[in-house]
Amino acid sequence: MNDMTTAGAGIAPPMGLLAELTHRCPLQCPYCSNPVELERRSDELDTVGWQRVLREAAEVGVLQVHLSGGEPAARPDLVELVETCAREGLYSNLITAGVSITPERLAALDDAGLDHVQLSFQGADAAVTEHVSALRGAFEKKCAFAGEVRKRGLPLTINVVIHRANIHQIEAFIDLALELGAERLELAHAQYYGWALHNRGALMPKRAEVMTALRTVEAAQQRLKGRLAIDSVVPDYYARGPKPCMNGWGRQTINITPSGLGLPCHAAQTIPGLEFWSVREHGLADIWYHSPAFNAFRGTDFLPETCQSCERLDIDHGGCRCQALMMTGDARQMDPVCQHSPWHEEIQTLTLEEAGRDEPFAYRRFARTRRQAHPNAATHQDADA
Amino acid sequence: MSEGLNDHAVVRLPRGVRMRHDAARGGWVLLAPERIFQLDEIAHAIMSRVDGERSVSRIVDALAADFDAERGRIRHDVLALFHALIDRGVLEVTS
Repeated sequence: MNDMTTAGAGIAPPMGLLAELTHRCPLQCPYCSNPVELERRSDELDTVGWQRVLREAAEVGVLQVHLSGGEPAARPDLVELVETCAREGLYSNLITAGVSITPERLAALDDAGLDHVQLSFQGADAAVTEHVSALRGAFEKKCAFAGEVRKRGLPLTINVVIHRANIHQIEAFIDLALELGAERLELAHAQYYGWALHNRGALMPKRAEVMTALRTVEAAQQRLKGRLAIDSVVPDYYARGPKPCMNGWGRQTINITPSGLGLPCHAAQTIPGLEFWSVREHGLADIWYHSPAFNAFRGTDFLPETCQSCERLDIDHGGCRCQALMMTGDARQMDPVCQHSPWHEEIQTLTLEEAGRDEPFAYRRFARTRRQAHPNAATHQDADA
Repeated sequence: MSEGLNDHAVVRLPRGVRMRHDAARGGWVLLAPERIFQLDEIAHAIMSRVDGERSVSRIVDALAADFDAERGRIRHDVLALFHALIDRGVLEVTS
């Protein structure tokens, strides 16, 4: 690991691996931040491929693995992969919708050494959950799954993506997390990437709603200290400073897509001209230290002059590259949500406009047809093919 | 909550929190849901004596025997660390 022929000079080893095992998912959430073009089942890495990724992750210095997707439980080899994590000393975190894992399978995952479960909720009741996920019975299934997780003593985090259709339920989500016996609740405002970007006009909450939500969360954090940890991810379009996206490009986390591409973040493919390497041709360490995509925005030297003298430079690293590209056409710009960005006003105007729209959700359907026309002219491939 | 923390209390890592050596960066870490805590040498010396059986005061005794430091100072450090970790949900009082 200290061999400088493998480790690029000055580049710290990764701490986390986001393993996107599959893009397949039983839910159709409009806030899905996976790319518009999903990878297909036939392109997914096989079991041996993932096991090699996990071994190499442990070797390069990864400590935690987030088994994600899509729905990771759609992979028949999930238990085997958790076993590999345990064998390699990797902390395994299962990020699931909790609608398809039987008590028997959960027991097998637990026995295999699963460390933690992160369960998503789309609404704090059946109606909102079904409206957002477009899956009938989803709420009841999730509650039952949470019960099984607690029965086995596995630690549980409830994760909610917050947007216009559920921002009025903050209190109810907190009550639900307590009722289900979760130790942690993550209330993460929608991030507008991938599919979610196409639904921005249907998802963006109003400023007043956001402020009320933040106050509710802060009060609950104080009230429930030591009982329920509440992590809140603020909506950055309403912020003055950008989020520390990925804690810096290529600084802590490596993301492997279902087909094996190594990405610095899961929206990175929206940036044109980046060369991503695949685990099919390269080792994980090689991808981390040497792939052009990872080295494209490492550090902060490429950022504009305004950023160089900013006291927040080491905190937010200039924010999100994908958002910079999206709004300014230049991925090397500072994140446009920053109050010092020349595009800040534009973001504010756009946010107001989007929050004022009354658009219906465009659901993420896994159509049988290869390409399906979408209201926003976006197309996505049959992920089940 | 860290209210139950006193000299007689016994603490342990809750399920879902593990301590391990971090060879890549050097040092020791606590792995917890969605978080990683890097332990400095003192924190590791304290945490390596947490076994879910020994009381706070026995841990302080053990540290006092192994390190050349004043017992009151050690007790202060131990309680401060335990309070901080309990508040973050990565340590719990068993009794």
